[in-house]
Amino acid sequence: MVEIMFTLILYMFLVIPIGIYLYYVTTNKKTIADSVFNRIDNGIYKITGINPQNQMNWKQYVVALVVTNGVMILVGYLILRFQGILFFNPNGIGGMESSLSFNTVISFMTNTNLQHYSGESGLSYFSQMAVITFMMFTSAASGYAACTAFVRGLVGKDKIAMGNFFSDLIRITTRVLLPLSIVVGLLLVWQGVPQTLSSNVTATTIEGSMQDIAMGPVASLESIKHIGTNGGGFFGANSTTPFENPTIWSNIFELYSMMLLPGACVVMFGKMIAEQKKNIMKVKKSVMGSEGRTIFTAMSNIFVIGLSLCYFAEMAGNPTLANAGLSQSMGSMEGKEVRFGVDASALFTTVTTSFTTGTVNNMHDTLTPLGGLVPLLHMMLNLVFGGKGVGLMNMIIYVILSVFICSLMIGRTPEYLGKKIEGKEMKLTALCIIIHPLLILGFSALAVTTSSGLCGITNEGFHGLSQVLYEFSSSAANNGSGFEGLGDNSVFWNITTGLAMFFGRYVSLVIQLAIAGSLMKKQLVNETVGTLKTDTATFAFVLVLIVYIFAGLTFFPVLSLGPVAEHFSLWG
Amino acid sequence: MNGFVYYIRKGVLVSLVLLFICGLGYPLLMTGVAQVVFPHQANGSLISADGKVIGSELIGQDFTKDYFLKCRPSTVSYNTYTKEDLERGSYSTVGSGSQNFAPSNPQLVERVKKDMESFLEKNPSIKMEDIPTDLLTASGSGLDPHISPQAAEIQLESIAKASGISIEKLEKIVIVNTTKKTVGIFGENTVNVLKVNLAIAKEMGLVQNIKH
Repeated sequence: MVEIMFTLILYMFLVIPIGIYLYYVTTNKKTIADSVFNRIDNGIYKITGINPQNQMNWKQYVVALVVTNGVMILVGYLILRFQGILFFNPNGIGGMESSLSFNTVISFMTNTNLQHYSGESGLSYFSQMAVITFMMFTSAASGYAACTAFVRGLVGKDKIAMGNFFSDLIRITTRVLLPLSIVVGLLLVWQGVPQTLSSNVTATTIEGSMQDIAMGPVASLESIKHIGTNGGGFFGANSTTPFENPTIWSNIFELYSMMLLPGACVVMFGKMIAEQKKNIMKVKKSVMGSEGRTIFTAMSNIFVIGLSLCYFAEMAGNPTLANAGLSQSMGSMEGKEVRFGVDASALFTTVTTSFTTGTVNNMHDTLTPLGGLVPLLHMMLNLVFGGKGVGLMNMIIYVILSVFICSLMIGRTPEYLGKKIEGKEMKLTALCIIIHPLLILGFSALAVTTSSGLCGITNEGFHGLSQVLYEFSSSAANNGSGFEGLGDNSVFWNITTGLAMFFGRYVSLVIQLAIAGSLMKKQLVNETVGTLKTDTATFAFVLVLIVYIFAGLTFFPVLSLGPVAEHFSLWG
Repeated sequence: MNGFVYYIRKGVLVSLVLLFICGLGYPLLMTGVAQVVFPHQANGSLISADGKVIGSELIGQDFTKDYFLKCRPSTVSYNTYTKEDLERGSYSTVGSGSQNFAPSNPQLVERVKKDMESFLEKNPSIKMEDIPTDLLTASGSGLDPHISPQAAEIQLESIAKASGISIEKLEKIVIVNTTKKTVGIFGENTVNVLKVNLAIAKEMGLVQNIKH
């Protein structure tokens, strides 16, 4: 409990300076590190022939993003298929099967990192570096680039130009992701995460038997895995494995790595809006900009509510084991590591699903029903900070919806950030909000009505439905964690989750950029006494309520058949 | 402004450059730096005794002898295996993970009950309610190197009997290999099982030179 509070308080002190740095990078302001980075970036621009001044409208931006991601998917697919005959393969691993390769590249390109393979036995070191690590950088940078374009659209300095996708992609990689990954990577090696190209070690134990110890370039993958909110582990058991997460300190480094940038995106957004507002009126000074503060508050509230539920549910332990005579004084320890205990596990679980990373430091399938409901719900919401940039965009969609509902209640024209919200934006917003539950519930329904879907379920009863729901929520939200018991390496699961990840990522992204593209063309309307204020505590409260009400209406029926029913069957 | 072909061409170029920087340059640079600055950790924090690698201080092992401390249950048996296991095919490849039993899964209760019976049989002086939660539950990774101090404490009496080392001495060994919560807040109190067993083995004369 105390551990969780200290960790979160320290987070608040770290997130603001990082947010301000992001704001500087995004708005092309000067920073002290420019002399180094400009040289690197200019070199890349020269090789690739990209002119960073070349501005794109929203459609061009989308095309550039989708085409570039498409190329990367193709390259990644080929490497996976042929990894057996490529270099850096000391453990002699063969090529990957086609439906699994399809699932894996989609998974990593969409920032999901759902894994239907096990890293120790399924990937060569070359694939771990040139497919997995590479895509961890570029998928995070793509998501973040889309977010900056979206915010530029909302800020509306220009009527058409959203920035240059290629230059955004490169700047974010070189100025934010790479330097952070190098620092965090070395911190992790210091704590005990291996970083080597030598093959696995076979030890002879003091009892005379043998033990295989899996090795590899783990730390370099581990740092970007969290910084880019990717989440795919080097090893099958992800960050529960001591070599991925050896100590409580590595655990804290990994926590902060995934929490800082998504939080910083909100700060950056607030700063950009505040700067624009300053030109037209007097604004109150605030460290993260008043509009950013509202969103940050709303997100934090949902986060803390979820975290508390998860923590207390796990502390309560498992009543069936208590009945069998096993003390539950340490909480529910099945699937958890002794070095983390319930505190660090509950925190990590809530963070990984709120910030849509998908890394796990305990096995989510073994969580208590209500403890498991929290990660499931946060992926269904997909806006509690969310992954790189994407969470902020999802939250703003809900902000637009809240503005619309509130304004209708008080009889005003809906406006957000000085722009009128009209029919076109509302239609797109409604579409965007519907896609996520449609993917989750539609595919889950398909899975529980077909035998190829049902045969993946490994825990009987209500929990079986939770396993299916979790897999598709994780796919559609581009999270990537799993109720790992699910037997998911089959053609059915590889293809359906591949599609859910693909549509979950790109369809929402295109719609969101379309909304921003449409808003940026509009005239700014002056704020009057009649304007609904969106930077107040009341609005933050309304926003949280609307998020819960929508989630409740959409997901409550299925949640009550899964985790809620399991809870009552255990405790009833 | 620009045709579709323009985006494909630039997309390919940017992808290749980033693949080179992030997919090769960065991990190789990290490998180089890590091998120079933290060679012990970068190579898996291996421990050797009498010139042979006997394990890693970060990975648990499956101990069977009565005079050794036991780890938590593991689905993958800590990737520990004997020659017979290899011949029988009961060990195939290195892995990690848990059985992923839901809290409502009856197999979980069965496994815990079975392990509890055999533990109480081997440690007759221990009462059922004194067994701490972690000792009979499986970790997430199946490689957890630690158990809680209570889980170590309740095993000592039978270890003392089997090894001939006094309980006081064993308690000291456990304390030396216990890591406390950092500044009393972060993490948990943990006992490293492999390190305790190495100390026991040294005390019994089974190994001489231990190198961390």
